[in-house]
Amino acid sequence: MSKRTKDVIIWFVTFFIMLIICLPGLWIILSAFRPNGEILTKPAIWIPQNLSLDNFRAIFGMGDNVVAIPVGSYFRNSLVISTTSTFLAIVIGMSGGYAFARFQFPGKASAFLWIMLSRTVPGIALSLPLFIIWSRLGLIDTPFGVILVYTAINVPFTVWLIEGFFRQVPHELSEAAQIDGCTRWQAFWKIEFPLAKSGVVSAGIFAFLTSWNEYALASQLTRSTDSKTLPAGLMDFTAQFTIDWAGMCAMAVIIIIPALILTFLVQKHLIAGLTFGGVKG
Amino acid sequence: MAEVSLKNVVKFYGDLEVVHGINLDIAHNEFVVLVGPSGCGKSTTLRMIAGLEDITGGEISIGNRVVNNLPPRRRNISMVFQNYALYPHMNVRENLGFSLKIAGKSVQEIDDAVNDAANILGLAEFMERTPAELSGGQRQRVAMGRAIVRHPDVFLFDEPLSNLDAKLRTQMRTEIKKLHQKVKTTIVYVTHDQVEAMTLADRIVIMKDGHIVQVGTPLEVFEHPVDTFVASFIGSPPMNLIEGTINNNKVTLSDGVTLPIPPKTGNSLSDGQKVIYGFRADILMPKGHTLAKGGQTADLDLTIDFAEPLGSETILLTKIGGVEIQAKMHNPRPVKEGEVLTCELSIEKSHLFDAATGRTLKV
Repeated sequence: MSKRTKDVIIWFVTFFIMLIICLPGLWIILSAFRPNGEILTKPAIWIPQNLSLDNFRAIFGMGDNVVAIPVGSYFRNSLVISTTSTFLAIVIGMSGGYAFARFQFPGKASAFLWIMLSRTVPGIALSLPLFIIWSRLGLIDTPFGVILVYTAINVPFTVWLIEGFFRQVPHELSEAAQIDGCTRWQAFWKIEFPLAKSGVVSAGIFAFLTSWNEYALASQLTRSTDSKTLPAGLMDFTAQFTIDWAGMCAMAVIIIIPALILTFLVQKHLIAGLTFGGVKG
Repeated sequence: MAEVSLKNVVKFYGDLEVVHGINLDIAHNEFVVLVGPSGCGKSTTLRMIAGLEDITGGEISIGNRVVNNLPPRRRNISMVFQNYALYPHMNVRENLGFSLKIAGKSVQEIDDAVNDAANILGLAEFMERTPAELSGGQRQRVAMGRAIVRHPDVFLFDEPLSNLDAKLRTQMRTEIKKLHQKVKTTIVYVTHDQVEAMTLADRIVIMKDGHIVQVGTPLEVFEHPVDTFVASFIGSPPMNLIEGTINNNKVTLSDGVTLPIPPKTGNSLSDGQKVIYGFRADILMPKGHTLAKGGQTADLDLTIDFAEPLGSETILLTKIGGVEIQAKMHNPRPVKEGEVLTCELSIEKSHLFDAATGRTLKV
């Protein structure tokens, strides 16, 4: 088989796999720009006939068909909850990851194992106990309640990922920095942190996306514009007898865009984070 | 002035005592090498001087100042690590200037000091490269440069050459020696390689199992080892050691060969006492292939098992008293396996050790 044929086959296989992966996303994006009627037609209209921004105008309260959904509040809630919980997960993840990578203490191995095991619990299994506890604590429908949950969900992952990165930084570097005049704290920020930065950034991205996209727990723990996030807000498009698919897709696009931009901005770190351990420095 | 002094320094890891109350005084500008096998406590000792390990007991002072509780940054020391520990995200210039930047020196001062160090070590053309873009020898030089820019009181070297190939190691060894002559600073150097210790040190400190076994100049420890451990650790090839028994003021080896007792041995020997007879390969030489004459000698007829020609000399492997030993042939000629050679052993330069304690019986 010539190299050219091989390349063509590889190209087609890759394209096909990518098509399967991307089709649902693509369909959502297309549907966001099409009227409800066209989306629901049977058989499906594959090639869009009428592309417009009407669905977006509607959910932002402009144009003819106003859908009364407080997208602005949801967006603000999502942003506050995701960034705060990501920040907390990173701070805790960095402290924990550094401690696990650098220090010896009794019960270290089992502590690490238990933190990892908490990842095996499906998030939805937590919803009922969480709902009961949160309602007694008065945390239902508060951003703080959701932030707490998302931080707890993200911490095991950030600890695990960041620990791997700090473990790869030779401890002699911190010692060399201390001999060069640094305090332990300075040695961390000037030497160890810059070298583990890729790990911290990718842990941050994953934590942010987890919080930004989370639906199941948010739909249980939030009620009103005080705390409802964008994914939970998608449910606002369902009424007793109808579902506004076009509006829902437009909102989904609004949810996707910030995550997409963020991922593109830090993709260099993300790749380093995802492939760590593959290349010995 | 920067003397380094260790008084009864003890180190425990949990319940495990790894350094057992060592005492050592290092003079200003002295080059001291701590040498010993793996796990003898030499690196731990160095790290305690650096402040990277707490000490469990005793006292360490640098320049007449007790530093027990001072963090590394307050001890005015520099250290070169085995794996260099260069900062991978900084180029050579930034690596060299890092300590001065932390100390808050002006840009001009940093530049001057960095350029000086770079010139001393021949690094000027690599200044903008990162450590990943340097060879092993260049990284080693940057590590030394980083140590000298600060003009510390003491340099600490932790097996700095062990990651280099043999040729580069010899070259860097010379450079370290030259560096010491140039910068005239107290150096404490750790290695497990006795050749490095012999070639670099003003004084060698030989350690074993957390104890200092012997301290002395390279020649002292080579010529007057205090016990069989030092005798076999220092020198290449190691000293030949054969067990024997004192009998009528002679040493009888297991196969009946008798050797005279080396002079300067204490007169507390008694018949039947178990001893170890020690001599280096270069004082056992086939007749006609010896070096300097003189002194008391003993002749031994030895069957050669194996010969290792090295060019200017040949190492001969043979047996005395059932123990495999090495002899040296100067101005060598080809030697056949199984050939019997009459060899001359210098009794004067031989050693006698107590078999029970391993301590020398020479006074």
